Amino acid sequence: MSPRLVPAGSDPVGRRDRPLTITVDGEPLAGVAGQSLAGVLLAAGRTSWRRSPSGAPRGVFCGIGVCFDCVVTVNGERDVRACRRRALDGDAVTTQSRAAGGDAGSSTSSGTGTGTGTDFGDAR
Amino acid sequence: MTRRHVVVVGAGPAGLAAADAALAAGAEVTLIDTAERPGGQYHRMLPDAFDAASPEALHHGYRAFETRSRRVLGHPRCSWWAESSVWALEQPDPGSVTPPLVHVLTGDPGGGPGARLRRVLAPDALVLAVGAHDRVLPFPGWQLPGVFTAGAAQALAKGERLVIGDRVVVAGTGPFLLPVTAALLAAGSQVVEVLEAARTGGVLRGWLRRPWELPAQAGKSGELLEYAATLRRHRVPYRPGRAVVEARGDERVEEIVSAEVRADWSVVPGSERTTAVDAVCVGHGFTPQLELPVAAGCALRPGPGGSPAEAFVDVDDDQATSRPEVYAAGEITGVAGAPAARAEGALAGWIAAGGDPEARALTALRRSRDQGRAFAARLAAAHPIGRAWPGWLRPDTVICRCEETDYAAVRRTARDPAGTEPRVAKLATRAGLGPCQARVCGPTVAELRAAAGGRPAGCRPGDPVPPGPHHRPVAEPIRLGELARPPEPPSPPGTPRQSSDPSVEESTS
Ligand SMILES: Cc1cc2nc3c(=O)[nH]c(=O)nc-3n(C[C@H](O)[C@H](O)[C@H](O)COP(=O)(O)OP(=O)(O)OC[C@H]3O[C@@H](n4cnc5c(N)ncnc54)[C@H](O)[C@@H]3O)c2cc1C
Ligand code: FES
Repeated sequence: MSPRLVPAGSDPVGRRDRPLTITVDGEPLAGVAGQSLAGVLLAAGRTSWRRSPSGAPRGVFCGIGVCFDCVVTVNGERDVRACRRRALDGDAVTTQSRAAGGDAGSSTSSGTGTGTGTDFGDAR
Repeated sequence: MTRRHVVVVGAGPAGLAAADAALAAGAEVTLIDTAERPGGQYHRMLPDAFDAASPEALHHGYRAFETRSRRVLGHPRCSWWAESSVWALEQPDPGSVTPPLVHVLTGDPGGGPGARLRRVLAPDALVLAVGAHDRVLPFPGWQLPGVFTAGAAQALAKGERLVIGDRVVVAGTGPFLLPVTAALLAAGSQVVEVLEAARTGGVLRGWLRRPWELPAQAGKSGELLEYAATLRRHRVPYRPGRAVVEARGDERVEEIVSAEVRADWSVVPGSERTTAVDAVCVGHGFTPQLELPVAAGCALRPGPGGSPAEAFVDVDDDQATSRPEVYAAGEITGVAGAPAARAEGALAGWIAAGGDPEARALTALRRSRDQGRAFAARLAAAHPIGRAWPGWLRPDTVICRCEETDYAAVRRTARDPAGTEPRVAKLATRAGLGPCQARVCGPTVAELRAAAGGRPAGCRPGDPVPPGPHHRPVAEPIRLGELARPPEPPSPPGTPRQSSDPSVEESTS
């Protein structure tokens, strides 16, 4: 089994979910308003959406914006931490890769796949 | 006389209490947090869009928190900057007696890079209350998807109502594993077992060392007993003296290997056992977020264990740091839980605002803060990281998740005389040079290098602590385009008003 959203009906916090749809590498994924992009991806059964320099899969690790394992391109903006960005209806998410060969379906991305350093304010 | 302008960074338990007390002392307050709602890690709020009828269902002390956050955010002298990150602190000159300039990026990042505003604040006093994040020791396979930090599991369950899996093992050390387990159970996961690396004897000795201190932390102890009861009710086995030493799977975690560990966390040979899981969450305590304190020039002190991996902001009896007009509160001064963070925040905010240091209410706050610190010492004593944990590692185990630097490379440069200088070692191994900028691997690399002879192990209290992996001129990512745009001119803190009630609220609950 996979990560999943607690069903609204049985959730003691009494949620009233409003659906939204994002696309991930062109494929539509259903989510709920208020979820982070990572939340939408996880709840849809995806545990990984990025490739490390060696090509290994990566998804969420820290969940609070510290580890950068979860970065994606959102509406053309690179290196967005999916765990920190709320999903908005219609968001176009493209997955990233730091492995040789670059990003998945990256018409929007200028990344070469060799690193994200400058965007992260890498001063050293 | 104009009012003092106090900038509080972080709106968790510590920062919110600081803002509250600074307002009570008559200051203008700007409260800044990256999140859209106050609460920090402890009172992690559900998004408004969930339209939750009973958001309090997931919280301890929700009413007191709600009352306080309403009072603070609605206060006429408080400016609340949500979704705003302090990305740098700038010290105009090293000898200056004013606090650093505070560089802030404001605005919903969902609106695209152009939607964020750059602003600069020049406060009279600065309170740093930016909290901590999980520390996770590496083990073979910890980079597999499905391995989460304990905090991630907690944040997803509490903040998004998402559970990380159906068969979950919770592992690591410390009492934080209990609320994480309770949150997973409440959301319907099966927690297969909880593995606490500390052995029962050590935990009991640590907790019971000074039993007369326990009642003072009744709130925290009661919470822990409640979690323990939840585990019993769900028949979740709690296994002291066991650790996750490997995660395995193809593309994602499918099973973990756990082993019995001795008091120093060396593995007892032959005790290994595999367990099928679809997720595992691991936490070995917390690492304070020290980028901003280091940027402000605040002196650090070693943590209770004396490991080079642990440092906290050094504060005096009034929560003042070594820098003039810079105060620190909460998890960055020591890991002691929300009640202690609140007491520290209230003290820091009051003093930063120029409140009377002899005010009567401060006696209770200082007592509560000291009890929190004693609690923190007790925690550290009960759950130290065993020095032999690197025995879990193999030469090819990933240490730096970003750059995939392995254990063999870290050891090699630590022993090489030319590589003993941390900066040289960093360039040679690339550990810490990736996107997270050593936030995750920094403490571990420091410890492994010390163990391999790269630097003297352990600092004694009183020793100066090098800023180590926390020296990062840019605390939060900023895009080059944003950096290139000139900032808005410094905003005046607001129109002065008459102080209403200079009392400090007792902030323990
Ligand atoms: C993921 C996680 C979950 C936790 N869950 C629990 C729990 O359920 N129960 C429990 O007892 N303890 C929990 N803890 C421990 C918890 O940290 C403390 O008990 C308590 O929240 C500490 O309060 P604080 O005010 O010091 O810091 P925090 O609560 O961490 O608050 C710090 C705040 O500062 C903000 N911030 C940080 N950097 C910046 C910046 N550069 N600019 C602007 N804002 C910034 C953050 O957004 C955050 O809101 C958790 C810790 C973590 C890391
Ligand atoms: S999961 Fe760590 S930054 Fe998003």
